[in-house]
Amino acid sequence: MQKEKLVEVKDLKINAKNDDGDVIPIVKGVSFDIHKGEVVALIGESGSGKTTISLASLAYTKPGLYFAGGELLVDGEDMLKAEPLRTREIRGSKVAYLAQSAAATFNPAITIGEQVTESAVLHGLLSQNEADKRAVELYHALELPDPERIGFRYPHQVSGGQLQRLMAAMALCGKPDLMVLDEPTTALDVTTQIEVLKAFKKVIHEENSAAIYVTHDLAVVAQIADYIVVLYGGEVMEQGNADEIINNPGHVYTQRLMAAVRPKPQAGLGSSVGVEHEREIPAIRITDMTAGYGGIVNGEPKIPILRDVNVSVKNGHVVGVIGESGCGKSTLARVMAGLLPQARGTVELDAVELDGDLRNRKLEELQKIQFVFQMADTALNPKQVIGDIIGRPLEFYHGLKGKQKHAKVVEILEMVELPADFASRYPMELSGGQKQRVNMARSLAANPEVMLCDEVTSALDSIVGANVIKLLTALRDKTGVSFVFISHDLSTVASFADEIVVLYAGRVVEQGPTDEVLTPPYHPYTRLLISSVPELRLGWLEDTMQKREMSVGIAKDVEITSVGCPFFNRCPIGIEGACEKQNPPVRDLSSGHQITCHRTIEELEAVEFEVQKALASQNADEALV
Amino acid sequence: MMKKMVLRRIAIGFATLVVVSIIVFLMTSVLPGDVAQIILGQSATPETLAALRKELGMDQPGYVRYFQWLGNMATGDLGISKAGGATIESLISGRLGNTMVMSGLVAAISIPISIALGLWAAMHPGALLDRIVTFGTLSLISVPEFFIATILVLILAVELHWLPATTYLTGDETFLEFFKAMAMPLITLVIVVSAQMIRMTRAGILNVMSSPYIEMAILKGVPRRRIILRHAFFNAIGPIVNVIALNLAYLVSGVVVVETIFSYPGLAKLMIDGVQTRDLPLVQACAMIFCGAYVILILMADVASIMSNPRLRNPK
Repeated sequence: MQKEKLVEVKDLKINAKNDDGDVIPIVKGVSFDIHKGEVVALIGESGSGKTTISLASLAYTKPGLYFAGGELLVDGEDMLKAEPLRTREIRGSKVAYLAQSAAATFNPAITIGEQVTESAVLHGLLSQNEADKRAVELYHALELPDPERIGFRYPHQVSGGQLQRLMAAMALCGKPDLMVLDEPTTALDVTTQIEVLKAFKKVIHEENSAAIYVTHDLAVVAQIADYIVVLYGGEVMEQGNADEIINNPGHVYTQRLMAAVRPKPQAGLGSSVGVEHEREIPAIRITDMTAGYGGIVNGEPKIPILRDVNVSVKNGHVVGVIGESGCGKSTLARVMAGLLPQARGTVELDAVELDGDLRNRKLEELQKIQFVFQMADTALNPKQVIGDIIGRPLEFYHGLKGKQKHAKVVEILEMVELPADFASRYPMELSGGQKQRVNMARSLAANPEVMLCDEVTSALDSIVGANVIKLLTALRDKTGVSFVFISHDLSTVASFADEIVVLYAGRVVEQGPTDEVLTPPYHPYTRLLISSVPELRLGWLEDTMQKREMSVGIAKDVEITSVGCPFFNRCPIGIEGACEKQNPPVRDLSSGHQITCHRTIEELEAVEFEVQKALASQNADEALV
Repeated sequence: MMKKMVLRRIAIGFATLVVVSIIVFLMTSVLPGDVAQIILGQSATPETLAALRKELGMDQPGYVRYFQWLGNMATGDLGISKAGGATIESLISGRLGNTMVMSGLVAAISIPISIALGLWAAMHPGALLDRIVTFGTLSLISVPEFFIATILVLILAVELHWLPATTYLTGDETFLEFFKAMAMPLITLVIVVSAQMIRMTRAGILNVMSSPYIEMAILKGVPRRRIILRHAFFNAIGPIVNVIALNLAYLVSGVVVVETIFSYPGLAKLMIDGVQTRDLPLVQACAMIFCGAYVILILMADVASIMSNPRLRNPK
C-alpha cells in the first residue's frame, strides 16, 4: 500500500548573505518526500545543509539565511510562503523540533512540565489539564523515572539522557504530524545514546508520527530510519530506502561515509606501538591519585572525583582514557596539568615529582605538559591571528622573536597540514577541523613531552575526526610526544591508542594494552561500553537490547560510592553482599593488563563463554528459520 | 545551599560596614581643624582648647574613641552635633525622611517605567521606538545631572512658570502643592536613573535572547511577547536587579548636586553642610547611613539574583 505523502520538498534552495552582501548558496535544489509515519534521515557532514533543510520544514531559517526558491509542502501548504502569524501556528502544532543539546534548549528558569506543555496549550490544542495528562502519558511511554512528578522539576535536576527524552515529550505533546530531530543523540555517551534511541523509536512508532532525523552518524541512522537522503554541499548525492542505502550504497560519497563509520571496537585496530621513542622511565605517571573539588579536608576532597588512580604513560605512547561523562576523565587531565591540585598521590614527569599546583611548577615543566581543550572555538582567541596564537608559546617558552618565530610558525602549521598563509588569518575564517588543528598546533609549538587531549575529536564529524586522528598518529611517530587521549568514544580510542584506561565513577576499572583490553575477558563495564557502540546494521538496536547486560546496565544513574564497587548497581554479574561492601581487588593478567573486579578472571572468562554460546545458538536458530 | 549563600552575603555586608566605619573614622580624624577649635573660634587660648577637648573626650587614644563611637552608633546614639549642640538624631531624622520620600517616589516612578521601556525596546529591536530609546538613554547617561536640572529649571520654571525653581516644604501644604514642589527634582532624578536601568534591562534581555532555549521557544511557536516576558525575563533578573540597586543607592547618597540645585533639604545636603562646619560627628553619621543604604540595597539585589536562580532555589 502506498502511504499518503505528508511532506514534499521540491527543488528547495536556500542562500546565505554575508556582511559584504555576497550571496552564498547553502542548499542547491534538494527534492525528497516524506510519507505519513515514516522516518527520513538526512545524512551528511557539517556544511551539507542538512540542518538548514530540516529547519525549513518549520518555516524557519537561521539568521543570515533566506529561502531562494523551490517549494516545501507540508500537507499541501508551502512553508516557504507562510506568513509570520501562520508560521507560529505551524511550529509546535504541525511540525515540532528536537535540538541537539537538550541541556541548552531547556529554559533553566522554568519547570519541565510547563515547557513540555507550553506549545500545545498556547496553540489551543489542549487545555492545561489535558496537556498535563498527555505529558505524563508521554513520560510513561519514554520510560522516564517518576513520570507523575518529573514535570515539577527544573531542567538541572534531571540527567542529560532524561532531558533528551523529555525534549521528545515536549515535541510530541501537541501531536505534531512531523517531528524534526536534529542530531539528538550525538552529544550523548554511547550507553545513554542507546537508551534515548530506543525511547525515540518506540514513541515515534506508537504516535505514528513522521520524522526528519538529521545526523552524520550512519550507524545511528541504520537503527531508526526508513528512508535515507545523503547530502553533500547542499545537494542530494543519493536517496532511497534504508536497507538499500545501508546494504548497497551506490554513490561514492555514501561509500566514503560508510568507510568512516567507526568500526566496532576490537583488538588489532590500533597502530603498532612506537618502540623507537621508548625509554626506561615513563614520561608522565600518577600514583595513588585522589582528587576532587570543593577544598580538601583531612586529605580528602569535599567532592571527590578521582579515587586511588594509577596511570603511567610511556614516552611516545598514546594512552586512551574512556568512560561516560562525569567519570573523571577531564579531572585526570586537569590534575596532570596542575590545574587541579590533588588531595593525595603524586604526579611525576620523567620520574621527577611535580608540584600539584601549576603556579609552583618550573617553566620547563610547564612547557613539557601541554593541554589541548575540547572546544577549539572557545580555546582560540577570536581577536588574534593564527600566527600570534601559535607564536605565543614559541615566545614564552623558547624566546623566539621576529623572523625566527615566523619561520617556526610556518613549520608548525606544516606539521598540522595547514598552509603557511593561515598565519595571517583569524580563527573565525577557519572550519571546525582546521580550528582543531590550530588548537593542537599551539600545544605543539611548546615542543611538549606530553599532550593532554580532552575530547578533541568529539565535536567533529566522523570524516574530519578521522583525519585529526591520522594527524596525531603522524605527530607521535615523528616527534615521540606522548598523548593522553580522553574520549567517550571507544571506537576512536581503539583505533589510535596503545593503551586504554577505563574509568568508572572516578576509579580505574580496567587498564592495559589496547588489544588486551579489547579482547575477553572484559570488566563488566568495559563489556557494556563495547556492546553499546552502534553497528551499521539494521536491527542492531533490537538485538542489543535483548542482552542481559543492557537490561541491567542501561538507563541507570552512576552512583559515586566511597566503599565497594561503584558499578555494582549496573552490573549483570554482581555478587550481593560482597561487591557493594568491599573495594574490588586489582587482578593482574598478562603484560600489564589489570581488571578491578570481585569476580576472578576464570569467572569473567566463563561469562564470555556463556555469551558466545548464546550467540552461536541464536545464529543457529536464525539459520534454521 | 541557598541559605548558606544568603547568610554568607549578609556576613560580607556586615564586614563591609565595619571596614567602612574604620575608614570613615580615620578619614574624619585626619581632617585639619577640630570641633573644639570651631566652637571656641579664633580667640581660643591653648588652655581653653585643651580643656574643651578633654570635656569632649578628644584626648583619648584613637581606638578607644573609635569603639565608643561605634558602640554609641550601634545603640542608636549618634551623638551631639559639635557645631550647635543639637543632637545629630534630631538633625538627621527630618532630612532622612525627606531623602526617603524623594528616593521612594523616584523609585516608584522610574523602576516600572524603566523595566517596561527596556522590555518594549527588547521586544522590537531595531524598531523606531527602540532606536529612540537607545539613542535617548545614551545621550542622557552622558549628560551630567546638573545640566539636565538646569535645562529643566530654564524651561519649566523660568520660561513657562509652571513649577517653582526650588523645593521649599513647610509640612502643611496640600497634595497638589506638595507635588508641584517636588516635581522638578523628581523629574530630574527619574530621568537620570531611568536611562541606565532601561539600557540594562534591554541589554540583559537581548543577551538572553541569543540562547538556544530562546530559539527553541521560537520553534515551538511561542509569540515574541511571551518569549520575552516568560522565557527571557526570568533569566535576566540578576543583572537587572543589580543595576536597580546601584541606582537606588545613588538616590540616597549621590543626589547632592540635585538637592543643592533645588535647595531640597535632604540628607546629602546636610552632610555637605557638616563638612563645611567641620561637624565631624554629623559627617560620620551621614557617611555611615549612606554606606548602610548601599550595603543593604546591594545585599537585597544579591539575594534577589540568588533567589531568581533556579539551580540555587531548587537544589538537586
